[in-house]
Amino acid sequence: MSAMIGLLIPLEGFPPGVNSFDSKPLFPELGPSWYWVNNHLIQAVIATVLVIGFWLWMAREQKVVPGKRQFFGELAYNLVRNSIARDILGHEYRRFLPYLLALFSFILVNNLFGEFFLFMFPTFSKIGYVWGLALCSWILYNGAGIHKYGLFTYLRKATLPEGVPVLLWPLIIPLEFLSNFIVRPVTLALRLFANLFAGHLVILVFVLGGTLLLESGQAFLVAAGGMSLIFSFAIFALELFVGFLQAYIFTVLTAQYVSSAVAEEH
Amino acid sequence: MLPLDAVLNGSLNMIGYGLATLGPGLGVAWIFSSVINGTARQPEARGAMLSTAWIGFAVVEALAIIGIALAFVIK
Repeated sequence: MSAMIGLLIPLEGFPPGVNSFDSKPLFPELGPSWYWVNNHLIQAVIATVLVIGFWLWMAREQKVVPGKRQFFGELAYNLVRNSIARDILGHEYRRFLPYLLALFSFILVNNLFGEFFLFMFPTFSKIGYVWGLALCSWILYNGAGIHKYGLFTYLRKATLPEGVPVLLWPLIIPLEFLSNFIVRPVTLALRLFANLFAGHLVILVFVLGGTLLLESGQAFLVAAGGMSLIFSFAIFALELFVGFLQAYIFTVLTAQYVSSAVAEEH
Repeated sequence: MLPLDAVLNGSLNMIGYGLATLGPGLGVAWIFSSVINGTARQPEARGAMLSTAWIGFAVVEALAIIGIALAFVIK
């Protein structure tokens, strides 16, 4: 039974903790210089391939009257296009749409891996991947602002809201700089990371603890373990929702930051 | 046999973090309750209210995020 559980749920070690998030090298026999090819890297690569494949498949043979496949594709595309990009970015949303769509689908697929057999691990509960995404968004919204206004005008617009009295400048400029260039990307990254890390940890507690209680052999503890495993379904459902919500929030905030960087009046 | 007689151990930081989430939790709830109220009063202004709300949400949520980072970092 435990072998089957090990196959379905590739989790090990009790109590679960930070160690449960360690990456395993895929080819340990190749030596330490190949340790960077680990299971979580491959997972992210698979997600990339899935996302590219999905959108290529959806974009194939488009018709005026859509079939089921094209209808689903348009539904997913319109969610990002209408309710995120167009609502927030206004008339120049088209330039940023490809990035936002790719961002949303990539984060969503990686988050769903947390509830998906074979993987059972949300990629973004490893913090390195999240820094990468936040860096992309940071470069995008600053790049968009610099492209539109030039470096110095953009810096002035970003750090100094209009109508601030000169006496307050020494206070406002460092605060706005800190808020716009440091706190924004850091919180963008940590929000995604912390939600998935905490969610995966809760799943580990319910599933590993439930399994341990189930194998204890005492009637009362076995009952508690069964309850714990049943409740883990509810936690899994919650994590599906959280994964979607975090993908949505990351995309919305990126769009929001781009919009505030290229805004006409400040 | 289960290690049920294990001693409870861990960091008090987590209790502090739990307390620290109260403020951002109330803040985020307040922001979106205002958006819901505003949408009920004037449905066509929803987009404008939401875009401000997202910025406010990010700023308030930043407190909780700084909290969880410090809870793990500070020994």
